[in-house]
Amino acid sequence: MKFAVLVFPGSNCDLDMYHAIKDELGEEAEYVWHDTKDLSGYDGILLPGGFSYGDYLRCGAIAQFSNVMNEVKKAADAGKPVLGICNGFQILTEAGLLPGALIRNKNLKFMCRTIELTVENNNTLFTSDYAKGQVINIPVAHGEGNYTCDAETLASLKANNQIVFTYTNDNPNGSVEDIAGIINERGNVLGMMPHPERAVHELIGGTDGLALFKSIVKQWRESHVSHA
Amino acid sequence: MKKVKIYVTLRESVLDPQGSAVMGALHTMGYDEVADVRIGKYLELQVDDSERELDVIVREMCEKLLTNTVIEDYRYDVEEAVSK
Repeated sequence: MKFAVLVFPGSNCDLDMYHAIKDELGEEAEYVWHDTKDLSGYDGILLPGGFSYGDYLRCGAIAQFSNVMNEVKKAADAGKPVLGICNGFQILTEAGLLPGALIRNKNLKFMCRTIELTVENNNTLFTSDYAKGQVINIPVAHGEGNYTCDAETLASLKANNQIVFTYTNDNPNGSVEDIAGIINERGNVLGMMPHPERAVHELIGGTDGLALFKSIVKQWRESHVSHA
Repeated sequence: MKKVKIYVTLRESVLDPQGSAVMGALHTMGYDEVADVRIGKYLELQVDDSERELDVIVREMCEKLLTNTVIEDYRYDVEEAVSK
């Protein structure tokens, strides 16, 4: 399976993402610059964390108009897996690929530590290798991860099981309903504030993030074998 | 040429953590009268006259890029720009 790791000016988790795919997962990964106008050669699209365009105006606001984002929309429409982590999540909400928005952490601090997440929905292509209700340890590192949306959106997120990850006991940012990650209605676009790509090796503090990437690859293999 | 002054604020329904922190400081300083603080942004655009209607393009720019209507409201004023 071949992944595109998008690189915006100011991305800084692109290397971690590339490493996770290439070295820990053993799949193909390529860095793709933000002005690229073709993503058709990739099976999965990864939007890494960082501070694209310096977080000017709002986090993700300027990146949403990069050339590559039209291609990300096409990939999402085609049903390819699209994963946005941290700043990538912010870009996906700004681009309208995921509902709601991410605002300043309630306590105004940049939160950087490993935290417990609960897998609320393991019936997605990103989480099938986890158990429902499983608690995993994944690092967070953000100043604007406070997920917010209107009551109507929240009700539909719940009704459609679109809340995939929540903070187990310790919500670092004040997000509504302790939301840490959500998926689109179709189930192929996931955004999350925590960094699974930083939890893929015992040497860097755990491997609980690996199952997320394995889930994507497993689903892709299964669908491509059955269609062959 | 016109000068467009755009004021962006967080929607009433969205909690403003910065505003709450500043209000706390004002109360500590003894300004107990302050009942609420909301922090926003102010943008100034110099816009050349064109065939496109100014109100239309300002609203477009606000809704596409300058604000996120999920969490923010905006209003704007238009003035004649004074050439320097």
